[in-house]
Amino acid sequence: MGIPVEQILVQTVNGLVNGMILALVASGLTLIFGIMDVVNFAHGDLVMLGGFVGATTMAATGNFWVALLAAAVVIAVFGAALQISTLRPLLGRDPLTTILATFGMSLVLQKYALWQWGPSARNLQEPITGRFDLFYLQYPWYRVATAVLAGAMIGALWLFLKRGTYGIWIRATTQDRIMAAAMGIPVPWVHTAVFAIGAAMAAASGVLFGPMGGVTQTMGADFTLRAFIVVVVGGMGNLGGSILASIFISLLEAYASLFVSPAQAVIVSFVALILTLLFRPTGLFVPTPK
Amino acid sequence: MTPRSNRGYWIGFALVLGALAVAPLVLPPFWSRFATEILIWGLLAMSSDILIGYTGMVSFGHSSFFGLGMYGAAAALLTIKPPNLWLAILYGLVGAGAVAIFVAYFSTRLRDIYFSITTLVFSQIFYVIIFTWTEVTGGENGLNFRQPALALPGLTGVAFTPTTLHWFVLAIVTVSYLLLRRITQSPFGMVLQSIRENEPRTRAIGYAVERYKIVAVMLSGLFAGLAGVLYAIQNKFAAPDFVFFLISGEVVIFNVMGGVGTLVGPIAGAAFFLLLREGLSRYFEYYLIPVGIIFTLMVIFLPQGFLGFLRRRLNQ
Repeated sequence: MGIPVEQILVQTVNGLVNGMILALVASGLTLIFGIMDVVNFAHGDLVMLGGFVGATTMAATGNFWVALLAAAVVIAVFGAALQISTLRPLLGRDPLTTILATFGMSLVLQKYALWQWGPSARNLQEPITGRFDLFYLQYPWYRVATAVLAGAMIGALWLFLKRGTYGIWIRATTQDRIMAAAMGIPVPWVHTAVFAIGAAMAAASGVLFGPMGGVTQTMGADFTLRAFIVVVVGGMGNLGGSILASIFISLLEAYASLFVSPAQAVIVSFVALILTLLFRPTGLFVPTPK
Repeated sequence: MTPRSNRGYWIGFALVLGALAVAPLVLPPFWSRFATEILIWGLLAMSSDILIGYTGMVSFGHSSFFGLGMYGAAAALLTIKPPNLWLAILYGLVGAGAVAIFVAYFSTRLRDIYFSITTLVFSQIFYVIIFTWTEVTGGENGLNFRQPALALPGLTGVAFTPTTLHWFVLAIVTVSYLLLRRITQSPFGMVLQSIRENEPRTRAIGYAVERYKIVAVMLSGLFAGLAGVLYAIQNKFAAPDFVFFLISGEVVIFNVMGGVGTLVGPIAGAAFFLLLREGLSRYFEYYLIPVGIIFTLMVIFLPQGFLGFLRRRLNQ
């Protein structure tokens, strides 16, 4: 095939950047699943809402970083409210009911966004406008910064889970809900907090993604689907696995779009998912269970 | 089941069937068409009840079967001259069946939410293929075609009127309902229900659970495809929107609203949902907001749906 090496390298960079944003979304999703067995169908819509809150704040203040922070905080509070009102009553029921409930939420959120912000896309201004030479094109520094920032947020989450007192509460709840409650850990609030953290991460990815792809009310479904794929390929509830899978899937899509249109490149990740389910249903990036 | 309650059931069945048959004669054209549509969506909802209600597998991919039924019918109506009703149904069923075999083979290896996600991803695959393969499927615009004439033995070449179309749809939905009811009460249906109740035990007794699940998905897919064919014939087009997973989501909503595992419930759920949408959309453009809220509340407070709720009330 006559694909120049430069093009392949550029797509590698693109894939890595997209992969880090996806990893930020997917780690929230997998955290929520791992801890409360909730498959959050509305996760992509939280990304979308975060993007819109960011865009609105940015229009008001003109500062991207304030917008990023505001979106994360607003959506975290909103996520906590959603969890208390909708998911807490479902605790202990079949995980399938949580899919249904969050699907209902997703419908409401998506239509609310359409009502509130209209059908047109919002573009956020890049906070870092510098570019550097990457072979034949001027690659924006912003994209690189995004990947680094997303990586930093995931790293902070990991440190928090590993070292922080509340992080240990969260891990204890994952391992054994009843035992954790017996030890005096307020399990319902741990669930709420985890959902809020996941929502904040989703919102942050929405704002970070804004300058690259624009914020539209339909982006939620796309993100939900991709995050699902990543989480299954990486192994449900496995944080490290879903990060690796995000990068893997994004790279696959980036390379595939050298040959076909980006709309068709999505199929590659679908095929990756099906192959994973067939040959390693526990996930690609986890050790083989005994 | 005692003979008495059985008789009560058939009386109720005859009453509802009679009311539905008279509907196009007494209702204004808009509502008569609406009733036909409810029947078609009801058939789709009923087909997914085999999986959701009886086997305990929530499919988020019924739009792919429905959509392939539509495109199958479109293929028959566009390529074969003169357009033939029965060939359209045959092509639609073949299309939906082929997709169902494919989906069933892969997705039944997984359980619970993994099954749901896999079916969802499959429906997106077909959506992307149909959406981007413009030369064959018409891409975003879909395909338009002429309605085939009603052809029955001893009756050929009579164009459909809204009333005869309604009766035709009613006949097919009724036969499908009776078939599905028979299937769910058969030994096969009992095995499906035992898979729902306790899969490891069913396997331990010696049933090949995977094979039963594959057949269940295929059956469900075929009836969903039939609904797709009927919808294509009623509306004279096939469009990628109907393969999109939002339709699958609506099917799940129909089931939850009406009550899963009852066959009739999903039809009632479809009717309720469509009426709610119709009623609300006259006043409020974003009708899915209240619909979504009602749905979420029902998941929390009425997990058995209207029918399950009524049944529990009546049993008290």
